[in-house]
This record gives sequence, structure tokens and C-alpha cells, in this order.
Amino acid sequence: MTDISRPGLLNPAGDGEARGTKVGLLRVLGPAHVWALGVGIVLVGEYMGWNFAVGKGGAYAALIACWFAGLLYTCVAMIDSEVTSTVAAAGGQYTQAKHIVGPLMAFNVGLYLVFAYTMLEAGNAITLGYLISVAADMTGAAHVLDQRPFIILAIVFLAWLNYRGVLATLNFNLVITAVAFAAIIVLFVATGPWMPGSPLAHADLMSGQAALPYGWLGIIAAMHFGLWFYLGIEGTTQAAEEVRSPARALPFGTLAGIMTLLIAATVTWYVTTGILPWEYLGDGVNGAVAPLFSAAQLTGSNFLILLLGVGTLFATLASANGCINDASRAWFSMGRDRYLPPWFGAVHPVYRTPYRSIIFLVPIALIFALGAPLDQVITFSILSGLLGYTFMPLNMILFRRKWPLRSIKRGYVHPFHPLPALVLMALCAVTYFAVFLGYGTQLIAMICFYIVASLWFHFWRYRFVRRADQFTMPWPRPQGY
Amino acid sequence: MDVWVYIEWGAWALSALFAALIVLDWIRTDSSYSEEVLTSSREGEIEALTESAAHEGTQK
Repeated sequence: MTDISRPGLLNPAGDGEARGTKVGLLRVLGPAHVWALGVGIVLVGEYMGWNFAVGKGGAYAALIACWFAGLLYTCVAMIDSEVTSTVAAAGGQYTQAKHIVGPLMAFNVGLYLVFAYTMLEAGNAITLGYLISVAADMTGAAHVLDQRPFIILAIVFLAWLNYRGVLATLNFNLVITAVAFAAIIVLFVATGPWMPGSPLAHADLMSGQAALPYGWLGIIAAMHFGLWFYLGIEGTTQAAEEVRSPARALPFGTLAGIMTLLIAATVTWYVTTGILPWEYLGDGVNGAVAPLFSAAQLTGSNFLILLLGVGTLFATLASANGCINDASRAWFSMGRDRYLPPWFGAVHPVYRTPYRSIIFLVPIALIFALGAPLDQVITFSILSGLLGYTFMPLNMILFRRKWPLRSIKRGYVHPFHPLPALVLMALCAVTYFAVFLGYGTQLIAMICFYIVASLWFHFWRYRFVRRADQFTMPWPRPQGY
Repeated sequence: MDVWVYIEWGAWALSALFAALIVLDWIRTDSSYSEEVLTSSREGEIEALTESAAHEGTQK
């Protein structure tokens, strides 16, 4: 049998088209694409959503939540970088769970990933429709804009882009994510915090009762929305099977991504809390829906208003684009391993993308984008993400125990093990408590859903899995087995 | 007529166009290639090849 998964191996034309008997994903990505995938999914959280943390506990609570969540996600990025630089296959944490923990954990993690990304994609599409309706209002539209065609267009266009090839998809993400990040930095520089006439007024807006309006409980309540600053950076692992050099590109892109987000999150907090009163900033429904854009409006500069408007739009598109990429890879990997019908494990012979998984998830995203309220969609996404983060410390501890450092060569070895895993576990526990305070019913309902899905997998689906075929890494026997 | 009405129609039309492009290519692909070829991707094959190439390299 001939392998054609490496371009040019048996295809001198070099046009990427499959002419053998095996078709695989294409290895064409570099560290910049990994950065664009991770930061692209997340950056929309800087443009909107995080400011609910201000509403829960005031500006200082939001800053503490921002940095605590930053610590959580730095642990996530370090752990992911080590494991993924070794488990270099599509599916990300699903594939890690399959090799390190076991099939039932892997099935659950795969579902967490698909739901987290598909719900986030739907949330982004809803937001995009809203942004366009705001643009219509601002330009004097004579009637109330129908948001549906813009929601559908965003999902279908990005699905088409993903269908056509991963390189174009992530080049597109690289450009729009860079513009969105640059817009935040430009706003920061334009407000000139070091100049005497700066519009930033932290001393006035954050003193007295405004400092911590709900006390320490407000800080814990704000933790839930602190995740918004970084939610999705772990998505870089889904590119593992399509990067040219997984051992180098994945750690480099992921760690550069979390550094970018720490800067963007802190700058966002600093600029917006210095311009907008906390009561307005913290109301993400009737107040500052898009706080960076609102801050730009208050500067009175048309250039900044336009730039931050474009930045908000681009951040939303980049996030939806990355979500389609990641959800489809996770779904594809589960199909390839027969955890789902193998029909989903197909790769397009010309574009070399998991095309059936991309197509299958389009109507699901559309149903949620057109039929469910934004806060429910986002909550479902965050809760699925949180369940995924809870798996990571367990995964890391088992990985080091079963395959110690000397047994497998890793592309990146994260420092201070097991401290990051323990910190991540502790922060997840705090966040669960915070989520339970605000969304206890949804949390319990979702855990019930995953329990039912696990029963289905254990008692029915697992009989179709080719058990020996699913463990593919050329690793030595785990220690103790 | 309000320009946003045309923009709305444009969005509907583009949505239909991209959906049609995907569906037509999907049908063409599924009818041109066997299921065995389309689902022939296997996890870890490149890693296995790299490992075996490295192994052969050390033996020489």
C-alpha cells in the first residue's frame, strides 16, 4: 500500500491531490498558524463577554479574575504543550485521553471539545449578526435589520473556507487575528496613559464603594467570567496532525499565544476600566456590550471607532473560524477511531480536510445560532470547556507517571511538575463553585447529559471500536504494565 | 430603497452560493472516490514512518 499523506512523495506534480490509496491530513502549518488558531479563537473574549466579571464584583475583582484565570490557562498551555508535542495527532485532548487515560475518558473529552467549540461558534455567529445590526443602526438603516442572513453567511462561508483547506483557513485567521490584536494595542497607545491629558481616570472610577462593591464574594463570582479572557487557547492542539514540525511548532505557537493573551487581557482591562464606569462596563446586555468599542467611542476619535469596530468584527470571525477547525478535527478523530460512525473519518482527497465532519457540524451550529439565546449557548460552551480543563491535570500526572521523562522524547518539558497540574486542579475547583453560584442548574443538567452519553458509549458504541488499532503512538510499554 | 435591504439579500444569496459549493463538491467527491480511499487516514502513520526511518538511519 502506498502512502500519499506526504505531499510530493508520490505526486511529482506537487498539487496536493491524492493519487494513491491513502489519504491523510496535510502537514503544511507552522508556529504562526498555531498562534493564529489559539489566539484567534480567544481574542473575541477580550472584545466582549469578560466585562460581566466587572458586574459581578467590580473592576478590581475583574482584574483578580483576569490574572487568576491567566494562571489557570498558563498551566493549561504548559501541560498541553508537553503532551501535544508528544501525541502529535488530530483530536488534541481527545487523542491524549485515549492514549493516556482510556477510551471512556477519551469519548467524554471528545464530546467536551466538540460541544465547547460548536457552541462557541454559534455564539460568535449570533454576535456577528448583532454587530452588523448595530452597524446598520449607526448608518441610519430605515428598518430593523434581519440578522439571520448574516448569521448563516458567517457559518456557511467559514465552513466553506475550512472545507477548502487548512492553510488558507489559518492564513485568513492569522491576518484577521493580528489586526484585532493590533487594534487593542493602538487603543492603549492612543489613550496615552503616560501623558497628562490622558482620558483614563482610574482614580476617580475605582475609588470608594466602586473598588470592591460586593466584597470578596464578588471576586469569586467574577472568576467564572475571567475564563472569557483565555477560553479556547487549548485549541492549538487540534493542529497537531497538520503542522510540519509538531515538536517545535505546537509548544512555540501555544506559549506565544498565552503570552499574547495575557498582554491583551491586561491592556483591555486597563483601558476600559479607566474610561467606563464599572456599573456601565459590567452590564454586558444593556450597557457595554462590546467594551473596547465603547471605550473607543468615548475617546471621540473616528479612526479609533472604525478600528475597534473592525477589530470586534474580525475577532468574532476569527473565533468562529478556529472553532470550526477544532470541532471538526475532534469529531473526525472520533470517527476515525470508530468512537462515532467511521463515515466521519473521511478526508477530502483534494483539499485534505475532514470534510464530512465540517459539513455535519454546520447544521448543528446553525440550529443553536438561530434558535438558542446567546447566554445559554455561551454557558454550555464554558461548562464543556471547564470539564475539559478538569481532565488535563489528571492526564498530565498520569502521563508523567506512565511515561517518565527518560522514556519518551518530548518536544517540550514543562517546569515545576506537578505544581501546574495541582494549581490547575485547584483553580478548576474554585471556578466550579463560581459557576455553581450562577448557573447551578445548567451545570447539573450538562453533567447528566454526559453521564447518559457515557452509558451509550460503554454499553453500545464501544463494541464497534477496533481496540488494538486506536493506540498508534510508537511508545514503550507504560511503566508498571 | 434602503441599501441594507440589498445587503440582506446579498447575504442570503452568498449563503446559498457557499452552501451549494460545499454540497456539490461533497456529492462529486463521494461519487468519484471509493469509501475505502476516503476513510483511509490512520492516526500516527507519519510518526510511525518517522520513527522507523530514524531507526533505519541508526542501523546504517
